[in-house]
Amino acid sequence: MIGYLARRVVQAILVVFGVMLLVFLLEHVIPGGAARAALGQRASQAQIDQFNQLNGYDLPIWHQFLDYCRDLILHFNLGYSYRKNQGVAQLIQETLPKTLVLVGISTFLAVIVAVPLGVLQVVRRNKPIDYILTGTAFIFYAMPAFLLGQILILYFAIDLSWFSTEAPQSASAWGVLSQPKDLVLPVLSLAAITIAAFSRYMRSSMMEALTEDYVRTAKAKGASQRRVLYRHALRNALIPLITLLGLSLPAIVGGALITETVFNFPGMGLLTTQAAVNNDVPLLLGTTFVAALATVVGSLMADVLYAIADPRVRYA
Amino acid sequence: MHSEPLPLGELAPDAVAPEGGEGTSTGGIASQVVRVFAENRLAIVGALVIVGMVLFCFVGPLFYSTNQTSTQNALLFSTQNSPPSRAHLLGTDQSGFDVLGRIMYGGQVSLEVGFAAAALATIVGVLFGAISGFFGGWVDAFMMRVVDVLLSVPLLFLVIVLAVIFQPSLTILILVIGFTAWLVPARLVRGETLSLRVREYVLAVRVMGGSNIRIVLRHIIPNTIGTIIVNATFQVADAILLLAALGFIGLGVPAPKTDWGSMLADGVNSALNGYWWQIYPAGIAIVLVVVAFNFVGDALRDAFEVRLQRR
Repeated sequence: MIGYLARRVVQAILVVFGVMLLVFLLEHVIPGGAARAALGQRASQAQIDQFNQLNGYDLPIWHQFLDYCRDLILHFNLGYSYRKNQGVAQLIQETLPKTLVLVGISTFLAVIVAVPLGVLQVVRRNKPIDYILTGTAFIFYAMPAFLLGQILILYFAIDLSWFSTEAPQSASAWGVLSQPKDLVLPVLSLAAITIAAFSRYMRSSMMEALTEDYVRTAKAKGASQRRVLYRHALRNALIPLITLLGLSLPAIVGGALITETVFNFPGMGLLTTQAAVNNDVPLLLGTTFVAALATVVGSLMADVLYAIADPRVRYA
Repeated sequence: MHSEPLPLGELAPDAVAPEGGEGTSTGGIASQVVRVFAENRLAIVGALVIVGMVLFCFVGPLFYSTNQTSTQNALLFSTQNSPPSRAHLLGTDQSGFDVLGRIMYGGQVSLEVGFAAAALATIVGVLFGAISGFFGGWVDAFMMRVVDVLLSVPLLFLVIVLAVIFQPSLTILILVIGFTAWLVPARLVRGETLSLRVREYVLAVRVMGGSNIRIVLRHIIPNTIGTIIVNATFQVADAILLLAALGFIGLGVPAPKTDWGSMLADGVNSALNGYWWQIYPAGIAIVLVVVAFNFVGDALRDAFEVRLQRR
């Protein structure tokens, strides 16, 4: 177990280092360079030279990369947003907790709903309810996330006035949590698409588990249909879900970006779309790095959980 | 996975067929796959929807011609935000463009980006995965770490960064989506290549003096064709959705061109006014096409899997 963990952690650190290199390179492919992006098209050559010298852009590229790594690792310095006149790390620090709240609740809800749905579809396989659920999942899966959010706003916020059209605007994560009613629509919107994907996966995972030898053995022993389904098949079918959860994280974080924009939820996703609209490349690269970091940490946690749930992994 | 030619109608699943190295004679397999595919009613519906939508977008304007380029003319000859009428079957949008015509016009962009980006992602991914798996060792380790790094960055973030840095245009959007979506096919093909490269027929080609390039291009890649085709189908659907998300953020194709996502994004801005014809047609077009590609992809996967089982 320790050996497996160590290998997995080293791998994650390597990936984070690779992401740092990627973000660093992306900053350097901006046409016209960072100076033009920060100072504008009409900056004089002297101003550009001064900017480059101040920020170390005149140093050899490997030297710049080492400086970049040092600042990032020791001081968590992600650069400066010239559009917002604030450090990128500070901006992210203010918004990330709120995004984690949104992603956390939605993912939890998605699992809680998707697992019983998938099991129901297996119990009633090839019956009308199975077809209806599969069809619904397909439609949600194919629907652009922002369209779903807008439809929810149109019906539940405007036509029925059950909820507010906007997400909680509080500055802190606790403030966001203290307005649960305003969180409902953003969470539903983000969870629905994940539920569609997870329930389809759960259905096929259950179907596969039912063909396994241990299920046949359980039936042969005279275990009831119920016991076979819940004690033997479901428990084993849940294990791959952990991996799926880890693999889905990038998509869920990306979905949060759209959901936050639709509901004007003051998280890191909204910060990212604002940066995109304002051409704020340093901020954009900062949020991208943090999103990648969160994904790496999330999938590391998923792998550790998997190793705990399935002993075969750690001895492999 | 090998490619022995099985004539149509002859079911010889258990017969020991010679290992067909070269993937050139795929007629038998194709007919087998087509047969299983044709038995799947959803897949036929999906394929019909795709063909219908391509015809609608690219041939439709010949029968329903509208002005989709000049806002000035559009504003002169029609009104903005007018509901469906005889002159404008699906009404007009906030710039005065005819919505039905705009769905065709924007659909051309969405479908073009979808197909082109999927093709690009598939080509890059297949070559990358085949080379990585074929050479193995540290080459494979390095190439797969590159994939790991790129996969850990949420796709939407990466695409937004690239679209902002390079300024969106039709070509840039195809390149950006194509060059970010190749990771999954690369992993799939690499996995299959690992098992293919030690097959007897690859060793035979090597003994006969076939070069590495020849082995990869003529013997390994053709034998992963099932995986490639199935994945490419899903790639088209994903690219269309990704383009829609970019359009929503304001990084779609620049005006006066448009795509379904940008149309939908413009439409939802005026959703509060009750202009339903600016949302639902574009929304339904996207959902319809994406579901259709998913149906076809699922059926193709089943079809290729059946072939594997009959081997």
